[in-house]
Amino acid sequence: MKDTDIKRLLYTHLLCIFSIILSVFIPSLFLENFSILETHLTWLCICSGFVTAVNLVLYLAVKPNTSSKRSSLSHKVTRFLKCCIYFLMSCFSFHVIFVLYGAPLIELALETFLFAVILSTFTTVPCLCLLGPNLKAWLRVFSRNGVSSIWENSLQMTTISSFVGAWLGALPIPLDWERPWQVWPISCTLGATFGYVAGLVISPLWIYWNRKQLTYKNN
Amino acid sequence: MRLGSGTFATCCVAIEVLGIAVFLRGFFPAPVRSSARAVHGAEPPAPEPSAGASSNWTTLPSPLFSKVVIVLIDALRDDFVFGSKGVKFMPYTTYLVEKGASHSFVAEAKPPTVTMPRIKALMTGSLPGFVDVVRNLNSPALLEDSVIRQAKTAGKRIIFYGDETWVKLFPKHFVEYDGTTSFFVSDYTEVDNNVTRHLDKVLKRGDWDMLILHYLGLDHIGHISGPNSPLIGHKLSEMDSVLMKIHTSLQSKERETPLPNLLVLCGDHGMSETGSHGASSMEEVNTPLILISSAFERKPGDIRHPKHVQQTDVAATLAIALGLPIPKDSVGSLLFPVVEGRPMREQLRFLHLNTVQLSKLLQENVPSYEKDPGFEQFKMSERLHGNWIRLYLEEKHSEVLFNLGSKVLRQYLAALKTLSLSLSTQVAQYDMYSMMVGTVVVLEVLTLLLLSVPQALHRKAELEVPLSSPGFSLLFYLVILVLSAVHVIVCTSAESSCYFCGLSWLAAGGVMVLASALLCVVVSVLTNILVGGNASRKNPVHPSSRWSELDLLILLGTAGHVLSLGASSFVEEEHQTWYFLVNTLCLALSQETYRNCFLGDDSEPPCGLRVEQGLDGATAAWQDGPACDALERDKGHRSPSASQGLRGHEKWMVLASPWLILACCRLLRSLNQTGVQWAHRPDLGHWLTSSDHKAELSVLAAISLLVVFVLVQRGCSSVSKAALALGLLGVYCYRAAIGSVRFPWRPDSKDISKGIIEARFVYVFVLGILFTGTKDLLKSQVIATDFQLKTVGLWEIHSGLVLLAALLFRPHNLPVLAFSLLIQTLMTKFIWKPLRHDAAEITVMHYWFGQAFFYFQGNSNNIATVDISAGFVGLDTYVEIPAVLLTAFGTYAGPVLWASHLVHFLSSETRSSSALSHACFCYALICSIPVSTYIVLVTSLRYHLFIWSVFSPKLLYEGMHLLITAAVCVFFTAMDQTRLTQS
Repeated sequence: MKDTDIKRLLYTHLLCIFSIILSVFIPSLFLENFSILETHLTWLCICSGFVTAVNLVLYLAVKPNTSSKRSSLSHKVTRFLKCCIYFLMSCFSFHVIFVLYGAPLIELALETFLFAVILSTFTTVPCLCLLGPNLKAWLRVFSRNGVSSIWENSLQMTTISSFVGAWLGALPIPLDWERPWQVWPISCTLGATFGYVAGLVISPLWIYWNRKQLTYKNN
Repeated sequence: MRLGSGTFATCCVAIEVLGIAVFLRGFFPAPVRSSARAVHGAEPPAPEPSAGASSNWTTLPSPLFSKVVIVLIDALRDDFVFGSKGVKFMPYTTYLVEKGASHSFVAEAKPPTVTMPRIKALMTGSLPGFVDVVRNLNSPALLEDSVIRQAKTAGKRIIFYGDETWVKLFPKHFVEYDGTTSFFVSDYTEVDNNVTRHLDKVLKRGDWDMLILHYLGLDHIGHISGPNSPLIGHKLSEMDSVLMKIHTSLQSKERETPLPNLLVLCGDHGMSETGSHGASSMEEVNTPLILISSAFERKPGDIRHPKHVQQTDVAATLAIALGLPIPKDSVGSLLFPVVEGRPMREQLRFLHLNTVQLSKLLQENVPSYEKDPGFEQFKMSERLHGNWIRLYLEEKHSEVLFNLGSKVLRQYLAALKTLSLSLSTQVAQYDMYSMMVGTVVVLEVLTLLLLSVPQALHRKAELEVPLSSPGFSLLFYLVILVLSAVHVIVCTSAESSCYFCGLSWLAAGGVMVLASALLCVVVSVLTNILVGGNASRKNPVHPSSRWSELDLLILLGTAGHVLSLGASSFVEEEHQTWYFLVNTLCLALSQETYRNCFLGDDSEPPCGLRVEQGLDGATAAWQDGPACDALERDKGHRSPSASQGLRGHEKWMVLASPWLILACCRLLRSLNQTGVQWAHRPDLGHWLTSSDHKAELSVLAAISLLVVFVLVQRGCSSVSKAALALGLLGVYCYRAAIGSVRFPWRPDSKDISKGIIEARFVYVFVLGILFTGTKDLLKSQVIATDFQLKTVGLWEIHSGLVLLAALLFRPHNLPVLAFSLLIQTLMTKFIWKPLRHDAAEITVMHYWFGQAFFYFQGNSNNIATVDISAGFVGLDTYVEIPAVLLTAFGTYAGPVLWASHLVHFLSSETRSSSALSHACFCYALICSIPVSTYIVLVTSLRYHLFIWSVFSPKLLYEGMHLLITAAVCVFFTAMDQTRLTQS
């Protein structure tokens, strides 16, 4: 059972990576003067949209977690609304954290917010898809020895690598190279993206590598 | 020998301070200076020497030229003029060099080949060291004697166009100037057009004596595209046409004046093959120097291969040419071809003036100057010169006189050359031997500290320093022998002066004994560890505990910060590094609080709480349950009737405090913009200090002082409480007296004094509180059981320091102090106590916050941000020792206050007896890692372009920080000793 699971995990992750690559190339067919660095905000929106869409589709198609037994329409709607509220809240809290980290308060607010949006896309959206709007489950997954499936394990890894990528992305900002990608928040968004992609690639490999040692409570 | 780890660390830091001192002495050689600097121009020129009969020529010789034009082209390499490029792109200059009335030289610049020191070298004739930069501190203006200063005193009118460095170096010296900034490197046309556009007007006017033009375009092209770019050719042609314009205009003017004019073309430094400069390669060092005047003889044929001279010779030559006294600190010698056409008596007079000036400088800087060959030659030539003058006064114009004269001349030239050489080897060279000795000592200490980490952080906090192991003595003597051999070889063969060789044999021997003893200790500790490691591998006692995220962050943060010191931008923007690290630390703490408070209830075994990392589980004994439970149990223990609501309140505070701290840090960050790149951004500090916002500043200062009082008084005894209140009131009165804040009842008082009385009033209370604290500490030592008294004593010392800082801080920085105390309180109450971090982690956190607060105060790694006004608080005049101490405390108040809080916090916690020694060891280690790495980095980067502007000031800051650390460690150890004697 494990190998097939890992294979499914790998395919879904490849699909996510593919969506990020597409978000770089497809817009240039429709939009003039599109480039990641110059029209960075457009790219951020598009990339965030693509990744969210792919995550939703995967959630509906694969459904690794069949926890919700009740499936009345009203329950689904409230669940969806709850997810939206959670997403927005995560965006705002990331924005607050960036400002606390030293992002300008008033100028470049849109840039900072879009960075928060893309980071939420990489972290909160997969969590919402996989775990639902359930804070207890989130806390469980992100504590030590709390994961209960390879999906949650890979979720933990991609989320942490996105954060680490964004964190590392801030490092080159003070350097005086005067490159276009050193402008706030481009290096951070790129760092987060690379971190997310790296997490997507590494987590199936790591799980495959350690499949003998991994034991989950539920399995 | 067994030592407590605190004592051991203190000894290590003390030795490290010694090593750094030796390194710094080698890195910043003392400059050659004339001591008679106060009386500029008051000294009469040296009279002509004469044997017997008195000479009648005692005044300065009259000028040789009426007008001097200096065309300085930045980064003009010698082959741009004398090589194939010159022939191709500078035809007029080539014609002047080969056929015209000119003298051409290759002037050698000394590293660092950067514009500002090179301008100094050209105009003062001295070789500026970094020490000059420190000496000038806030004012970039040149304080030394220079040609410009002499010309101004002589009433010459000087006009300057070009790089604004000149305007900063010589403020108020130019009757007319237009500075262009070299900030935009990508612009290479405008920057030169801004100079050339004045040229026509100025040349026509002719109401000046000296015109200086500094062209930056060539340097910018070099930085953009290197020396082989096609842009270089265009720029050289442009420069050639500028030169032609000036030269023709000067020639046409010459008919009106009796004296000829002089045109000087020179470069400040060269350009490497990649287009940069700063180091000491041939391309960067060699610059052309061409003197053009109709007074010189036309040369018949083609002369290639110009003579090599020193850049410092220009100052002496210019002074002679303009009839000015030679700048006092000049180490250059006169370029003799310039005066070759004059009568013999004048030639000898010029050379005599130059040699007298050089030998005076030698006398003041070299103790054994009489043995110097140059000085002997000078004495001899002066005697010959006297004889010649006597003959000259007796009989005129004879063949004998001429022959004798040329002999004196040769003698003088030889003397000049030797003197100039022996003076210039005194400076401007890194004294590598001293630097090496310092580095070796520091690195040995660092290795020792790193190797003894496991032992020192063990529960007993004691470690064995193997001073008498069997292999020790043999190795020790061998190393001493080798070191002394190296010392003798280096010191006998060194061409340049070396500080370490100049030390007495006893001192040098002491350092060598120290170095070899350290080496032996390191070796034997290493063997112990290897042997012991084998033993412990057989029976592993401690299961390896997992590292928490916090430990990982601390390690990575320290390593990252140390590595970042190698990049000039990261040194300039070091505050960003610290803010980033502190913020991340807060987030990590917040994650930890969440985990403890939400998951601790799940009764998961140790994974839920802090796993102790005392590197060998030293403190594993006291992790007995989730931290919040522990907190609640503590609470319950203390007051059994504590309600559930209070517990919940406490829990929420624990969860919220990292975020509160983050918010505080964000506010503080916007108080003072520091660094380089974003320093120009508006910040709250500037807004507050502007005179329109005096009311806001007053309110803020008053609130901050109130907060300080509220936060500090809780730990004090009632006497010091009162003293503190009065002292803080005094601080406000002092600020009101010097006019930075105002009283609400006297809104517009005009009388502004220096606030001497108010400041001294505060000093009395500072001393009083410190004295009470010390008294309590001593008492607690005598009455062994009184533990509470000691905590109070330490807190009183802390509050005394806080009061002193409140007095010394600029008024808009008082919130920094308040926030620092607030963060300390929050951390103590809601993070360190409930989460039970071990001493090592708490120490590192204190260190990080201390560093962050150093920058929150508005400091940076630039010398200019040191607040010198702190040294004058309460003092009528400048008194050196208190001023230095107060400035140092004012600058390092952040780290010092956090360290003193650390001492108080750890000794108030009774849980572990060895916490203080652990903390002392960690503090010493974490401070010495950056400084040791940094001196290695600086040694390898010593020819970097920014070595003077960025790396050297940082080196001074690091040295000072280490000194402060040593003081803190001594304090730690003293506290630790009192604890030991108690138990």
